[in-house]
Amino acid sequence: MAARIHGGAGAGAATALSTFNPKKLVAPSRTNLPAARSSKRYIVAAAGSDASKKSLRVGHSQKLIANAAVATKADTSATTGTGHELLLFEALQEGLEEEMDRDPHVCVMGEDVGHYGGSYKVTKGLADKFGDLRVLDTPICENAFTGMGIGAAMTGLRPVIEGMNMGFLLLAFNQISNNCGMLHYTSGGQFTIPVVIRGPGGVGRQLGAEHSQRLESYFQSIPGIQMVACSTPYNAKGLMKAAIRSENPVILFEHVLLYNLKEKIPDEEYICNLEEAEMVRPGEHITILTYSRMRYHVMQAAKTLVNKGYDPEVIDIRSLKPFDLYMIGNSVKKTHRVLIVEECMRTGGIGASLTAAINENFHDYLDAPVMCLSSQDVPTPYAGTLEEWTVVQPAQIVTAVEQLCQ
Amino acid sequence: MAIWFARSRNIVFSLRHNLNLPGILIKRDYSPRPAFTNSQLSSKSSVFLDSFTSLRHESTAVEKQLDLVQRSDEENPDQELDFPGGKLGSTSKMKFIPESSPLRVPCYRVLDEDGRIIPDSDYIPVSEKLAVRMYEHMATLQVMDHIFYEAQRQGRISFFITTVGEEAINIASAAALSPDDVVLPQYREPGVLLWRGFTLQEFANQCFGNKADHGKGRQMPVHYGSNRHNHFTVSSPIATQLPQAAGVGYSLKMEKKNACAVTFIGDGGTSEGDFHAGLNFAAVMEAPVVFICRNNGWAISTHISEQFRSDGIVVKGRAYGIRSIRVDGNDALAVYSAVRSAREMAVKEQRPVLIEAMTYRVGHHSTSDDSTKYRAADEIQYWKMSRNPVNRFRKWVEDNGWWSEEDESKIRSNARKQILQAIQTAEKLDKQPLTELFSDVYDVKPKNLEEQELGLKELVEKQPQDYPPGFQI
Repeated sequence: MAARIHGGAGAGAATALSTFNPKKLVAPSRTNLPAARSSKRYIVAAAGSDASKKSLRVGHSQKLIANAAVATKADTSATTGTGHELLLFEALQEGLEEEMDRDPHVCVMGEDVGHYGGSYKVTKGLADKFGDLRVLDTPICENAFTGMGIGAAMTGLRPVIEGMNMGFLLLAFNQISNNCGMLHYTSGGQFTIPVVIRGPGGVGRQLGAEHSQRLESYFQSIPGIQMVACSTPYNAKGLMKAAIRSENPVILFEHVLLYNLKEKIPDEEYICNLEEAEMVRPGEHITILTYSRMRYHVMQAAKTLVNKGYDPEVIDIRSLKPFDLYMIGNSVKKTHRVLIVEECMRTGGIGASLTAAINENFHDYLDAPVMCLSSQDVPTPYAGTLEEWTVVQPAQIVTAVEQLCQ
Repeated sequence: MAIWFARSRNIVFSLRHNLNLPGILIKRDYSPRPAFTNSQLSSKSSVFLDSFTSLRHESTAVEKQLDLVQRSDEENPDQELDFPGGKLGSTSKMKFIPESSPLRVPCYRVLDEDGRIIPDSDYIPVSEKLAVRMYEHMATLQVMDHIFYEAQRQGRISFFITTVGEEAINIASAAALSPDDVVLPQYREPGVLLWRGFTLQEFANQCFGNKADHGKGRQMPVHYGSNRHNHFTVSSPIATQLPQAAGVGYSLKMEKKNACAVTFIGDGGTSEGDFHAGLNFAAVMEAPVVFICRNNGWAISTHISEQFRSDGIVVKGRAYGIRSIRVDGNDALAVYSAVRSAREMAVKEQRPVLIEAMTYRVGHHSTSDDSTKYRAADEIQYWKMSRNPVNRFRKWVEDNGWWSEEDESKIRSNARKQILQAIQTAEKLDKQPLTELFSDVYDVKPKNLEEQELGLKELVEKQPQDYPPGFQI
């Protein structure tokens, strides 16, 4: 499998090794950017805090950093020379801590995030460093602390709301849909809601149906929010930082089984673009679109496929709302075959929307119908064998690719 | 500068005795102190606050009494039990706490029905300037309600919600707050925004959803929002603003601002889960939030007897560890004093406070409702005429020689003229152009929205006859 460094800019410019400039990894500091939002911010009569309210716009028009190295670990260290190894949950924690150091408005709220450090240790040590108020342990009421985060955001803070498990955020659906996504619009742009809602989701190891929800299916329709899914320590940290800096409400989907992934990430500061997909493995024969944990199943299947003589192009779509149709489109135009591998249910999942988007936009480039491998429309069972069968396995992926590439 | 409190022996003693409360909000002050002079009672809130709070701090300290539970002979004080949460006494007598008190929590009021101050009342004096300003706003609010309601009936706006019967709550609470306090309304509190300086034209623009609307035509009428006035945009789902208020309180607490969050809810809204959540959170976080519940007896067609079985909302405060008071919501002076005090407590002591304002919803729930279908017309009449908060306050203001018949007709005709003008102007103004359909969903318009906008633009340009004349792109 060829290792490549890829420039993250959507224009497709690859940043070659020789022209790599570590300075490009550092996003411009907040105060350097134009004060786009300060006039529309909620105003409390205390002056002097306007500087910190200036926002960093991470949009299509502004490519801030080069998105170096991805799943292939060796290259990261080769490019930067240094770098440090850590686990995914530590990468999230690092990203969060850096943002909290950088901007005093960033705060964390959720159940057991304080001294306990979070049920997956993403907020470990933060309460000791930043205090009980900034890393707030809340009573058990998801709708309440999500609503609280929204109110705090409208007043100038930048809360990071943790759902202990994404499934619990179903209780916060009202606040997320009716207020989080909407208030910027319905207030005529007067109030912004720069919250980050994050938590682990997806199918774990025998956690039962209620703890194996794929919330991205349910949330994808809400206008006004952005959704991203991290899959490696590198993009976990980068996406966490980008999400915190974004003026829009962002939902960051983590996966229960990916928290202990180890990777070496750069020492320098970097962020990942929220709306971009990640090229995991370039190829020629078929485009495989995936995200989160399924990326690893796909890569495992890719090993088998390469041995069988296929050359799959694997893209981790990362941005679940909106889709990076630019990278996806380029890939489809090259390979003419698409396989989507996801963990969502068949009906109404991310795969379903992605299939529709590809069919609509790239119909002419397809040599075969878009195939989507997803979980069945069943609640996730507890029994190990049953659970394994509801999640797409590498063998199924290999079969599907063979079928598509006939 | 000092504040003069009148004594109210009856209230304090009867409360202490019957309800076994540790204390009430306003401690009585026996020593005579000089009253405010008019010049001292400026509208500058900061001046008011300094002197007020220095005295207030002492006088509002709730006496830390120990007896929440009736001590009886059967209890053995040596038998103190240790549980998570602290020490408890124990008793060998099985006693259930009754579901209700023999006496309901009384209602704090200062003015009687004839607009005269009840002797020995505790209250914060209101200057002529403030009182006149309050009355003018109450009258304007009445005229506004009437005319906009009629406009809806004539089909000029699609929807409206009136505040009839709750003018005192609206204006007096707003008058008691500082401009820095963040307001999270439900939907029956436009008076707060009116007090803060939202113009009649701005109200009309929002109702017509025209080009000049600050909300850019995206919300239904009466869903006002103004960041300049620290007033969050009204959101239709009930009670969602309560946890948000806890969040605002949290934010103000973090930034150590001299301000609090103030949020409103109706009696029906307290049944929502968010009421429990918001109050519990604010209490645990010790956030400076004032929760004002307008108990007006009706949630559309649901009477409060079908909404809850507790003694209203005020008793629920204790369940969350929140200081609470029940106030006569139709008594502008009582509402003013209570909200002032609550606000001070919230900010100085960093705690939430709950105020239950008793009132009556004279109007229909909204223009989509006909309340005569579920309640007696004479009940409505009674509250409209005999228990009218505006008339009651007016009597007091007139008795002080601060208001006359002439002033009355002047304010009403002026308001009427201005509102009619505002409506005419708002009606004539163009609506938002098509671009506003797609902006502000995100901070920067994403690709898919740009495409959708382009698609719609092309459609409209291709077939302009299918769209209303003057429909701008």
